[in-house]
This record gives sequence, C-alpha cells and structure tokens, in this order.
Amino acid sequence: MRPSPVRDLIVGLFVLAGLAAIAYLSIQVGGLGWSGPGGLALYADFDQIGGLKPRSPVMIAGVKVGQVGDITLDATMRAHVELDVDGGLELPVDTTASIRTSGLLGDQFIALDPGAEEKMLVTGGTIAFTNGAISIESLISKFVASSDGGGEQKK
Amino acid sequence: MSPVAAVEALGFRVVSWVGTLGAMTVFLGTMVRALATPPLRLRRLVGEVYDSGVLSLLIVCGSGFAVGAVLGLQGYNTLVRFGAEDSLGSAVGLSLVRELGPVLTGLLVTGRAGSAMAAEIASMAATEQLDGLRMLSIDPVHLVVTPKALAMLLVMPLLAALFTTAGIFGGYVVGVHLLGLDGGAYLSGLESSVDFNNDVLGSFLKSVVFGGLVGLIATYRGYTSEPTSAGVSAATTSTVVIASVSILVFDYIITALWGV
Repeated sequence: MRPSPVRDLIVGLFVLAGLAAIAYLSIQVGGLGWSGPGGLALYADFDQIGGLKPRSPVMIAGVKVGQVGDITLDATMRAHVELDVDGGLELPVDTTASIRTSGLLGDQFIALDPGAEEKMLVTGGTIAFTNGAISIESLISKFVASSDGGGEQKK
Repeated sequence: MSPVAAVEALGFRVVSWVGTLGAMTVFLGTMVRALATPPLRLRRLVGEVYDSGVLSLLIVCGSGFAVGAVLGLQGYNTLVRFGAEDSLGSAVGLSLVRELGPVLTGLLVTGRAGSAMAAEIASMAATEQLDGLRMLSIDPVHLVVTPKALAMLLVMPLLAALFTTAGIFGGYVVGVHLLGLDGGAYLSGLESSVDFNNDVLGSFLKSVVFGGLVGLIATYRGYTSEPTSAGVSAATTSTVVIASVSILVFDYIITALWGV
C-alpha cells in the first residue's frame, strides 16, 4: 500500500477525536480528578443520609460549590461524609449542613447555610451543625402513630 | 426423522460448535503470534483504522445523536408525569454510558465494518490471493488478517466514546432547546450521576471486549470461508449474525459480573 499523507492525517484526526471523547466522558462526565489541590475538604456527620451518594452536589443558596466525596460509617454509627468544596470559599465555623431533596423525587444534595462567626473553617475541618435527610416514610409513620395515639387518649 | 437421527444431528451440531470455538481460539493465538513477529505492518494498520474507523464515523455519530434525541424525548415524557424532568440528564447519560453507547456502536460497526472485513478476506480466499501470498512465503495472517482485527480492537472504544458523546449532545438538544429544560440542570444531573469507576470504566471495558469479539469473528469467518462466491456471502452473513448475538450475550455477562 502506498503511503498517503492525507489519509494518515485523517486517521490521526480521527484518533484524536476519539481520545477527546474518552477524555470528556472520563473527566467532565465521570468526574475524574475533580478534587485536586486547592479544594477545601470538610467533614460532616449525619444521623441519616437517605439517598445521598458520592458526587452529589453541595450547594449554597442553590449555587453548586462542590460535591460529596467519600461516605463512611464512623465509630458512633453515624454517616461520616466528606465534602469537596471550592478552595476560595470562606465558611464560618457555625455553618449548617443539611441534606435536602431537589423536587419531590429529585436527587439529594447538601445545602450549606453559612453562619455568622468570625472564625473560618479550614481544610479538614468538621461542620458541627448538621440536619440529616428527612424520610417521608418516617414522617408518615410518626403522623399515623400520633393521630392514633391521640384518638385512644380521648376515649 | 427417527429419534436416534435427531439426537445424532443435535450431537453433531454441538460437537461442531465446540470445534469452531476451539479453532477460533487457535486462530486468536496465531494472530497474537503474528503480532509479536516483526515487521510491525504499521502502515497496514493505519489503512485498516481508516477503513473501519474513519468511514464508520459518520453513521456512528449520526446514530448516537438520534438515539440521544429519542432518549431525551422518551425520558421527558415519562419523567414529566412525576415532576422529575430535571433528572433527564442522568437518565440519558446513564443509559448511554452504561449500555447503549458500547452495544449500539458494536452492532453498527459489525454491520458497517465487520461485514466488509469478512467479505474482503473471503473474496481474497475465493480468488486465491491468500494462496498467492503463501507462494511468496508471506504469511497472510501476518499481512492481511492481524492488522484488520487489531484495528477493530483499537477503533471500537474510540467510536463508542464518540457515540456516547453525540448521544449526550442529542439529548441536550432535545431536552434544552426543544422541550425547554434548564441546560445547567441537564448537565449537572448528568455529571453527578455518572461515575468514573462504576460507569465510564465499565463502558470502556465493554467496547474493548466488543471490538475484540467483532475483529476475531469477522477475520476468522473470512479466513476460513469456502473459496467460492457462495462462501463469501456465507462468511459475511455469519459474521453479522454471530458477532451481533455475541455482543448482546457478552453484554449481559459483563453487566452481570461487574455490575456496569
């Protein structure tokens, strides 16, 4: 087969396009290598995380500022959640982390409500004030139990 | 047909199927040995990547876009009933990355390039070109067959990634521009639900396995075909049928074993 520079160039471009697609899927979509140096790693302990997963978004006032890292069970049987947030953020030490749901059936995310303290959280710090996920089933069962109980007391 | 003859026929089919499986494994070994033997035949490889990769690019990207657009439309119609249309990005992205990208690319490339590969080798066998090469003491497996199979193995993951990317774009066009979803919600849903280790790596593994399968089946069927014009058509048909079925079967096996 005779060498053909044009064909070689087209094959090279094709391979580059394919590698670019793989890179896009791995880095942008797959989230490979998000938590590079410069990010702020925080920890928060929750009683109940519901459907929170690694890579769920972390938001302040609805704006995405980071994502959930590893989720582990700590010694006191609470969920130990790592948050990777933007390094430029200055969060007071009395910031509250709550697990919320976007929409009725949407994905769960962590909402941060910055507090008013002068001292700021540094990387590796732990967010002390947390609100775990609210499960609709437990709310309903509490409601049913309390309305039953109320009826019996009146008798 | 008497019962004994039926059992005999069944046994014959099973034995010949196992025999084919063994012959394919030996053929794979021959190709690996040819790959390890110099010269490298790099220019032949580039030509084969052009034939099976570059020429498949348009149908793969076009089909990917169409599949992503349909997923966007169907997913929207289902999700909007539950008020969860913001999850469209994760629905489109997960189904494309985990399943549809590698499988549909495998089937498309089988039809577009695998059949051509088998037909080319089979017609070379039918017109005694392979025998001619052997007369010149050139190993046809080394010169003709191995570059084709290797090109298929290399091209498949690239094409599958392009298919998936085109599909994500197709879903974006339908969801955001046609149905008026929020573009940020589509992309952030996609990015937060697709995981590198669980989803993207599995998608890559699938496409590599499918590429190897199609390359092996197409070259084996072409190389061992009857040297007649009927043999050429039989090799092409059986390549498409066997490769398509094995892609679907191996897809199930990989999904069941690795959960991707």
